Amino acid sequence: MPVARVVVDVMLKPEILDPQGQAVQRALPRLGFEGIADVRQGKRFELEVEGPVDEAALTRIHEMAETFLANTVIEDFTVKVEKAEESK
Amino acid sequence: MTARIGVVTFPGTLDDQDSLRAVRVAGAEPVSLWHRDKDLHQVDAVILAGGFSYGDYLRAGAISRFSPVMETVIEQAKAGMPVLGICNGFQILTEAHLLPGAMLRNNHLHFICRDQKLRVENAGTAWTSDYSEGQEISVPLKNMDGRYTADEHTLDELEAEGRVAFRYVDVNPNGSLRDIAGITNAAGNVVGLMPHPEHAVEPLIGTGGTDGLGFFTSIIKKLVNA
Repeated sequence: MPVARVVVDVMLKPEILDPQGQAVQRALPRLGFEGIADVRQGKRFELEVEGPVDEAALTRIHEMAETFLANTVIEDFTVKVEKAEESK
Repeated sequence: MTARIGVVTFPGTLDDQDSLRAVRVAGAEPVSLWHRDKDLHQVDAVILAGGFSYGDYLRAGAISRFSPVMETVIEQAKAGMPVLGICNGFQILTEAHLLPGAMLRNNHLHFICRDQKLRVENAGTAWTSDYSEGQEISVPLKNMDGRYTADEHTLDELEAEGRVAFRYVDVNPNGSLRDIAGITNAAGNVVGLMPHPEHAVEPLIGTGGTDGLGFFTSIIKKLVNA
């Protein structure tokens, strides 16, 4: 059965304060990493999908991201298909 | 008539027993509700108690919002049944879109636990009628994800309609926008707040005061007079 990976990236909307990202950003100069003006922290979901990743499957994944994986009051998300491969 | 008030237990709920106790101390009949049971067992009102439901691993309240019991709670809340969400319960209510906005990690990134002073901004909800508008109360607050957020339009609408039910006084403990500690829906039957009134209903525990008791006596009066 073909198995594909679909990646859902979830990020806080740009206007929402991200104190976790800021904490990471503040630590960088201490570690010798200069020149990073801003850091924002998000979530990445890797979905191993059974069956073909056709339009219907992507529509369902989009719906899942919108209702559950992301809270669209505060977060944006993107859905992208990584290369499908044959399972053994 | 004795009011029957249900308290939902999800995996990770911590404050269900205190909430049940608060209901009993106030004079109503507490009813334990289980998250996998859609049946509300003829309760007149529901409390979603505090804790960390499903570990809040995705977002606070995000997984519990899809528990079977919530199907009925959402349906009944829209039909007018009083629902109070405390802390994680408030987070669940925003995730369920019964209340607007969302709850984010505290701006200082620390878990916080303190006695918190609040101002009652709306004494007209099902859960606040025993308070008076402008009254200041002190109840415990303990949370990690208590930063109330909504877009400017929603915040302006909440303010204009008097739906900011509680505001933090003296100190904003988590970066909540406009010092919002609790809000209500337009009908006034659904209320959510981050601090914990159920921990301040007896003088021996919590703050040493009973400032939280008003939530539970308010709802009993409403139900008995209904």
